[in-house]
Amino acid sequence: METAHPAERISGAAAAGSRHALMSVRGLGIRFKTAQGIWQATRKIDFDIAPGERVGIVGESGCGKTITGLSILRLLPNNLSGLDGSIMFDGVDLASCSTRTMRGIRGRRIAMIFQEPMSALDPVFTVGHQIAETLRVHTNVSKDEARAQTIDMLRRVGIASPERRIDEYPHQLSGGMRQRVMIAAALICGPQLLIADEPTTALDVTVQAQILDLLRNLSETSKTALMLITHDLGVVAETCTRMITMYAGEVIEDATVDAALVRPLHPYTSGLLRSLPHLSPRLGRLPSIPGRVPSIAEMPDGCRFRARCPHAIAGCEAEQELLDAGEGRKVRCWRFRELDLPGALQHAASAPIAGRVVRQ
Amino acid sequence: MPMAGDSKAEPIVSVRDLEVGFQTMDRRATVKAVDGVSFDVRRGETFGIIGESGSGKTTIGRALVFLLKPTAGTILHNGVDPQALPRKQFQSHRRDYQIIFQDPNAALNPRMTIISSVLEPLELAGAGTKAERLARAQDAMERVGLPQELGERYPHQLSGGQKQRVIIARALTLRPKLIVCDEVVAALDMSIRGDVLNLFAELQRDLGLTYVFITHDLSVVSHISDRIAVMYLGRFVELGPTESVSGRPLHPYTQALLSAEPLPLPSTMRSDRRIILQGEMPSPIDPPSGCRFRTRCQYAQSVCAEQTPAWRELEPDHWVACHFADRPNFSPS
Repeated sequence: METAHPAERISGAAAAGSRHALMSVRGLGIRFKTAQGIWQATRKIDFDIAPGERVGIVGESGCGKTITGLSILRLLPNNLSGLDGSIMFDGVDLASCSTRTMRGIRGRRIAMIFQEPMSALDPVFTVGHQIAETLRVHTNVSKDEARAQTIDMLRRVGIASPERRIDEYPHQLSGGMRQRVMIAAALICGPQLLIADEPTTALDVTVQAQILDLLRNLSETSKTALMLITHDLGVVAETCTRMITMYAGEVIEDATVDAALVRPLHPYTSGLLRSLPHLSPRLGRLPSIPGRVPSIAEMPDGCRFRARCPHAIAGCEAEQELLDAGEGRKVRCWRFRELDLPGALQHAASAPIAGRVVRQ
Repeated sequence: MPMAGDSKAEPIVSVRDLEVGFQTMDRRATVKAVDGVSFDVRRGETFGIIGESGSGKTTIGRALVFLLKPTAGTILHNGVDPQALPRKQFQSHRRDYQIIFQDPNAALNPRMTIISSVLEPLELAGAGTKAERLARAQDAMERVGLPQELGERYPHQLSGGQKQRVIIARALTLRPKLIVCDEVVAALDMSIRGDVLNLFAELQRDLGLTYVFITHDLSVVSHISDRIAVMYLGRFVELGPTESVSGRPLHPYTQALLSAEPLPLPSTMRSDRRIILQGEMPSPIDPPSGCRFRTRCQYAQSVCAEQTPAWRELEPDHWVACHFADRPNFSPS
């Protein structure tokens, strides 16, 4: 089965990535050994992150977004059976480089923060010790210099009286403060890329706003690229400039946040937007996506969203490639040209937030 | 049929000056998780309670169905104080007032089949014959859209959305009048969250249920509720019809909460007028004097530390506890 626009297929040879990318992921796939055999968790993941760019990776639980973030730093579980493809980061392939090279990059040039700061911080060491440790492992600074830089970093992440806080233990800090400490530890070596996996999911909405604001500002001032992994489209819209949507282990859409929200090209992205209560008339019936994500053990051939897609027709059972949709957009749906899918604007017009947004 | 949420009719739940306290682990201090809250839940309405973690919203929910004993104040069900009833009567009374929690995995016994979980409350209540109980359980499953054959399966064989439906079916078997829903969709993925919220709306229409919907998610609470109460550090700061509270919030905390919510909108439609609150909620062990929000409030004056703001009805049916909520130019809009 030929796709509608075969010329626009991204061929394997042309997938070398943009020359200006800080990181180029091509054909990334992860397989795990389980009692039921080998499971393919993700496959054919392609995307680029430019220096200083803020990219959101969105999808529902089990879509492979977290494992994609972890694979960049090769922090994968022991039952990994194979890593396919390449992750080019500044001339080094992170998927195949030596453990030694990886150790020099991890924490220094690429840092990561997680959802639950309490489980990422060691309860028996002061926060200052844990932040300075990263610095002392990767650079030759003296103890005093490390302490001075740590205090400065704590101040930059918005912790009041850092001279005092530096000697406190994680349990003495609130959830929002702990996440600030994690961000300080991640940024202390001035990494080029920060991977943040659901950094605000465990936080309250007013604290979430503070942390998102901080991440956006730090990324802008220090030119650190941000890869923000989240299930929350609102968080992506507030923080990122580009949005990569994943479904069932594949990238299905890659576009600027504004383009993806205004005119999504993939039926799944459009369906997700439609199912958000923000964008539906109050007390009305919420549209939802029927069915559920196919299980990893029984992935269908062809389009993996097919069984839940209102636009599925004969032809969708063919293997779907990530097609170039122009203007830097990509979509894994061969019908994208003929479908005119509703985005956030159509929904928002009749939604409860209508009174709270500014129209230009 | 009476109108949903008729304010004249007798409320299904009436709460006055409710206090629920807990002793700290070292028994040296008492934490008032709920500290002086009064409200009515009207028959047939969905009453939303929104608040951040530690605000006391879950404690209120549990107290409403007497899973927790109030330290002070009264809770009347249909004008009756259930705690004054004899034990036997209290037990049959509480069948009418059910609660559903966030995590369906924790609420289902992994070693029981789905149908036996749904049957259990009926068996405990000793309602009808065995055949009648089974028919009622199967009816409840059908009502929440679960196929009959799922009854023979175990919880691990079901998806998150299906498990939450099982919990709803189980709560329905005893034909309750009111269900307290505590973060019932928080654990569900967004594409199926809508399905479960639609189910709640459908059941309310068909069975005349009343809901108390507790959540931290503003978009969920404003979608489903008729009225919303906003809670901060053990007290209500605002209560009113959903349109007024989400459209014209009167309390600075509600205003901040609304503006902090990340909206899935393109940049051209997003407002820059965000209020980013400083700091976090203070500890309920030692709450601030006067207005509890004053430590984070941009409008706070000295009076806010000295006097607890009165609970005032500034607009019809729209209540607020703030010294300055009625001043012009107070609201940022």
